[in-house]
Amino acid sequence: MIYLDNAATSFPKPKETIDFLNDFVLNVGGNPGRSGHALSLAAARSIFEAREKLAALFCVMDSERIIFTQNGTESLNLAILGLLKEKDHVITTSLEHNSVMRPLMFLSKEKGVGISVVQCSPDGNLDVGDIKKLIRKKTKAVVINHGSNIIGKVQPVGEIKKMIGGIALIVDACQTAGSFPVNVEEDNIDILCFSCHKSLYGIQGLGAIYIRNGIELAPLKFGGTGSRSESIEQPMFLPDRYESGTPNTPGIAALLGGLSFIERTGIETIIRRKQDLRQSILSGLSDIPQVVIYGDKDDGNQLPVISFNIEGKLPSEVGYELNKREIYTRVGLHCAPAAHRTIGSFPEGTVRAAPGYFTTDEEIAVFIDAVREIAGKTSAHS
Amino acid sequence: MIYFLIFFTIHDVLKAEKALKGRDVDIELVPVPRNLSSDCGMCIKLRGDLEGIMPYINGIEMDKCVSYDGKEYQFLAHS
Repeated sequence: MIYLDNAATSFPKPKETIDFLNDFVLNVGGNPGRSGHALSLAAARSIFEAREKLAALFCVMDSERIIFTQNGTESLNLAILGLLKEKDHVITTSLEHNSVMRPLMFLSKEKGVGISVVQCSPDGNLDVGDIKKLIRKKTKAVVINHGSNIIGKVQPVGEIKKMIGGIALIVDACQTAGSFPVNVEEDNIDILCFSCHKSLYGIQGLGAIYIRNGIELAPLKFGGTGSRSESIEQPMFLPDRYESGTPNTPGIAALLGGLSFIERTGIETIIRRKQDLRQSILSGLSDIPQVVIYGDKDDGNQLPVISFNIEGKLPSEVGYELNKREIYTRVGLHCAPAAHRTIGSFPEGTVRAAPGYFTTDEEIAVFIDAVREIAGKTSAHS
Repeated sequence: MIYFLIFFTIHDVLKAEKALKGRDVDIELVPVPRNLSSDCGMCIKLRGDLEGIMPYINGIEMDKCVSYDGKEYQFLAHS
């Protein structure tokens, strides 16, 4: 089996992820911050430590400003729905995922929020000056995909923030978190949204959001926090303001394991390995004449997320053939129809190969051979 | 003297504990005494010198700070 769907979720997970999860479920199991007993406290410690490690990874000064959510989508919903008010204006790009586009469309219909979409080139390049041209008096935020889930293109978020000044910068870092340097201080990121089960090596069902001090978001959820229990008002202090109800503590314990793995291995080592994998897939696919690769092949500063098609074949057909060979890619639109329109692959989409840190050179060689073989076969649809 | 340092969140309790870890102070995490707060969480119980630890936890906002001399609880002013 060869797993090349790490942009959807990473697999396999490091041993630390499984060990921490196992230990939590077997030996801890308490509800964090709710009771005074040792197991509740041990659960709270797992969450505290995971927050501290995330803060260190992304250069966040106050770890309480990192909030756990169900997934990257919930983080983006909290950012977008919590920040934008009636008649506000927002700027985004044509490379966004539906987890950005759909809440924005909801706000456009329900609250008259104005949306301007900056058109990126088919290679995913963005002219930062185009954002500036779209700024209006009522522009409240710029929402930007840090790394594309289709072509792995990384956007210059720091440069964008410099240009937009006081307008809030909401960054979708689902693909970059753990795969690319993310520094909220250096890049002056106001809100960072990410999932924890991709390159942070947690398990599914966990995401997080960082909210810069001074930015107030309306909460998506209200309820018990274990704090200020005499009050029926939602607390104002973080992280409790945005974390009502029992959290996914087993998931957070697993994330703590994943973050420990990253610490032990070194984020630079992980990033370098992923860049090498990207290069070897690109060079292997480039040798197959029928293969069309999307995105900027020459830009070495991108994520290991490669979209391609085989001339004369539907991506679904290619995915099916790969699956028969126990090679797992993701085909279609990847929940990002706008991005596929931008790169010119709408409505069929592409085949996406996303290796992970544990992908081996041998696996890449087998994958390339399989694509070559499939490309040489007569299409079932022709 | 005993002091109860009560914070707004369990996150801040653990942050204060981390800041005091490895220093020569006698602290323990205990359930918040019900007569001091309606919180259902934990707080830090300190035996010894309050002034001596304050520089380490100055950046963490405290909800309440209460002294206990074995007979009476006294709410103290805090930053």
